[in-house]
Amino acid sequence: MRRILIVGATSAIAEATARLFAARGDALCLVGRDAARLKLIADDLGVRGAVRTATATLDVTDFAAQAAVIDLAERELGGLDTVLIAHGTLTDQNQAQESVDTLRREFDVNALSVMALLTPIANRFAAQGYGDIAVISSVAGDRGRMSNYVYGAAKAAVTAFLSGLRQRLQKSGVNVLTIKPGFVDTPMTKDFPKGALWAQPDAVAAGIVKAIDKRRSVAYLPWFWWPIMGVIRSVPEFVFKRVKL
Amino acid sequence: MSGTSWGRYPQPHDQRLLMLRDRDAPLPDFTGTALPHGNGRSYGDSCLNSGGTLLCTRGLDRFIAFDAERGLLRCEAGVLLGEILDLVVGQGWFLPVTPGTKYVTVGGAIANDVHGKNHHVNGCFSEHVAGFELLRSDGSRRWCSAHENADWFAATVGGLGLTGLITWAELRLQRVRGPWLNCETHRFGSLAEFFALSAAAERDYEYTVAWIDCAARGAAAGRGHFICANHAPAADGPRPSRRRLSVPFTPPLSLINRASLRAFNTLYYHRQRARVQQALTHYEPYFYPLDAIGRWNRIYGPRGFLQYQCVLPPAAAEAGMGELLARIAASGSGSFLAVLKVFGTRKSAGILSFPRPGATLALDFPNGGPATFALLDALDEVVAGAGGAVYPAKDARVAGARFRGYFPAWQSLQPYLDPKFSSSFWRRVTE
Ligand SMILES: Cc1cc2nc3c(=O)[nH]c(=O)nc-3n(C[C@H](O)[C@H](O)[C@H](O)COP(=O)(O)OP(=O)(O)OC[C@H]3O[C@@H](n4cnc5c(N)ncnc54)[C@H](O)[C@@H]3O)c2cc1C
Ligand SMILES: NC(=O)c1ccc[n+]([C@@H]2O[C@H](COP(=O)([O-])OP(=O)(O)OC[C@H]3O[C@@H](n4cnc5c(N)ncnc54)[C@H](OP(=O)(O)O)[C@@H]3O)[C@@H](O)[C@H]2O)c1
Repeated sequence: MRRILIVGATSAIAEATARLFAARGDALCLVGRDAARLKLIADDLGVRGAVRTATATLDVTDFAAQAAVIDLAERELGGLDTVLIAHGTLTDQNQAQESVDTLRREFDVNALSVMALLTPIANRFAAQGYGDIAVISSVAGDRGRMSNYVYGAAKAAVTAFLSGLRQRLQKSGVNVLTIKPGFVDTPMTKDFPKGALWAQPDAVAAGIVKAIDKRRSVAYLPWFWWPIMGVIRSVPEFVFKRVKL
Repeated sequence: MSGTSWGRYPQPHDQRLLMLRDRDAPLPDFTGTALPHGNGRSYGDSCLNSGGTLLCTRGLDRFIAFDAERGLLRCEAGVLLGEILDLVVGQGWFLPVTPGTKYVTVGGAIANDVHGKNHHVNGCFSEHVAGFELLRSDGSRRWCSAHENADWFAATVGGLGLTGLITWAELRLQRVRGPWLNCETHRFGSLAEFFALSAAAERDYEYTVAWIDCAARGAAAGRGHFICANHAPAADGPRPSRRRLSVPFTPPLSLINRASLRAFNTLYYHRQRARVQQALTHYEPYFYPLDAIGRWNRIYGPRGFLQYQCVLPPAAAEAGMGELLARIAASGSGSFLAVLKVFGTRKSAGILSFPRPGATLALDFPNGGPATFALLDALDEVVAGAGGAVYPAKDARVAGARFRGYFPAWQSLQPYLDPKFSSSFWRRVTE
């Protein structure tokens, strides 16, 4: 049985992932902004088989409140061995180009809050000598593109942070997983027209659970984003800058 | 979420989709009319709203509570029946009523007051609904059950989504010993034989249904297989196949034509050598044989297909079914799986519930244009003449006057209709 903390637990991808854990009889602490929706999700996970559920409210950009929530999760579940960080906002690129306030807010939500949360969590896991850290970054962090480089840059920061953390914790028996979904059909992307490359949250969730269980380092989900991003990363800059992506 | 129906005819136009995810949230803003849309397993246009909005409920897919002692399940309206089975069968419970696919939502099952092969024992789906919450476009919420707001309950079960949005429901499940059923298949040579077999089996079997060869003519007319079953106390048995086939794309033409139809039906009829055969079967292949092939509705090609399901009252059933089958066989059209079942005598709770005493026949027709529509109109003549009815969940074309004759109480629904809800079907049959 895992004792799992999920931050951003109202996210569609996180909820689908939590259901898979619940069906296996894990214990879950759900953290998010909306207490009422967290309760609906917790009830559902209970029916699906979670041995224990707890909820806590947190706006992740309230940095001062983060530590208390991690403490609460550990207390409620009687320990912690797995953390999934899933919150995020899809940045309005045009707005972020115009407003430094938007730019900073987006970095707070998508990058800094994640690193801040991981700082005490990493130290605890290192001290206890076990644990699985899984964070949803994005393929968007693999290369900045004109259509969403502010979001992409924040995700790139998370990806780089995780890669360093993974090296650091590797001797302590703690695994760090970077999850890089492609296009997923969730409320975040509700205004996008959907095509063949789009995945459902259920499918991405199954990939997340598998990657956590197998203690992978990086998971592109679905897998075909790995070769796609490989190609996109390898295009030389003098060509890339002329492409509209 | 595509916002189409299972028959892929008619194709909706100018339809906006809004995804619901929170049962406690107010309805989203929309202009014009809206209609709840479950999993789009209705065949015709009763789950479509051309020129309006669909409130897609699949995101309302949370369980709320399960009392495993008493078999009481509370869940949101977008939960699929298959998801319920995945949760409860292992704990010794089963759906008391299930249609022939597990890919329907709880809300859709209520709004069509669906029936299964055990109608003669358990009646319609609504008989096992302890209650549900109905959210109207004016923001009001009502708990509806057979005792509380009973008039709203009767209007909403079988109410085709027109009385408001069902947000969540409480269902009473049925105890079972495991996932297996004891099945017995009898080959029969005529309709008279079918009715005799069915009458004899009703008392001893929870589930009865027949497959009938709709391509057979002359002396072979009315032949088929009668299948009756009970939940088995078996401790072990065959597992369902994990292999999932799917029709990957829509072929340019229907694969179902006169020749393939006759060949399939003849082979299928002779598949079983013995007159009676017994088998222990898992519930999945037993209840949901078609679910094993994903998106099978594509085999009918880009023009889609029409399902025709009617019921004929007991006195007219045998003669009427003979007449219907004769007209279908003469047309050379029809389907691989024509299904015949005798309903029980229980009164359905909904004002517009379809099941009523008598025999029901269901089969698919590739959309062959005017000839198909003319054939279905001719079948309507037989059904109306016999005092029967056609099932709205399967319908894409019945004339308004026919519908109003089949459901003479339709006007009693008026006071309960949500003024901002409507469907392509409802406008077609009432305007
Ligand atoms: C292979 C197959 C076999 C079938 N076998 C049977 C059978 O044996 N017996 C039988 O009775 N039917 C059968 N059906 C028909 C099917 O059970 C019904 O059409 C069912 O209502 C479909 O449910 P759905 O969730 O797909 O809803 P949809 O088809 O999307 O919608 C059906 C109706 O329900 C309304 N609705 C949906 N959700 C809500 C909600 N939350 N609140 C209010 N209204 C709502 C819609 O407005 C619409 O009027 C079969 C269908 C298929 C494809
Ligand atoms: N969808 C995609 O195509 C896609 C692709 C790649 C990566 N991702 C990443 O996947 C993760 C999950 O997203 P999703 O697709 O599942 O979208 P989603 O359902 O919209 O989830 C986003 C979640 O982030 C939460 N959140 C946003 N700001 C927050 C804050 N300040 N404090 C606390 N919580 C906050 C939201 O909480 P509320 O419910 O309270 O708003 C919501 O639960 C995100 O990190 C996203 O960047 C998504």
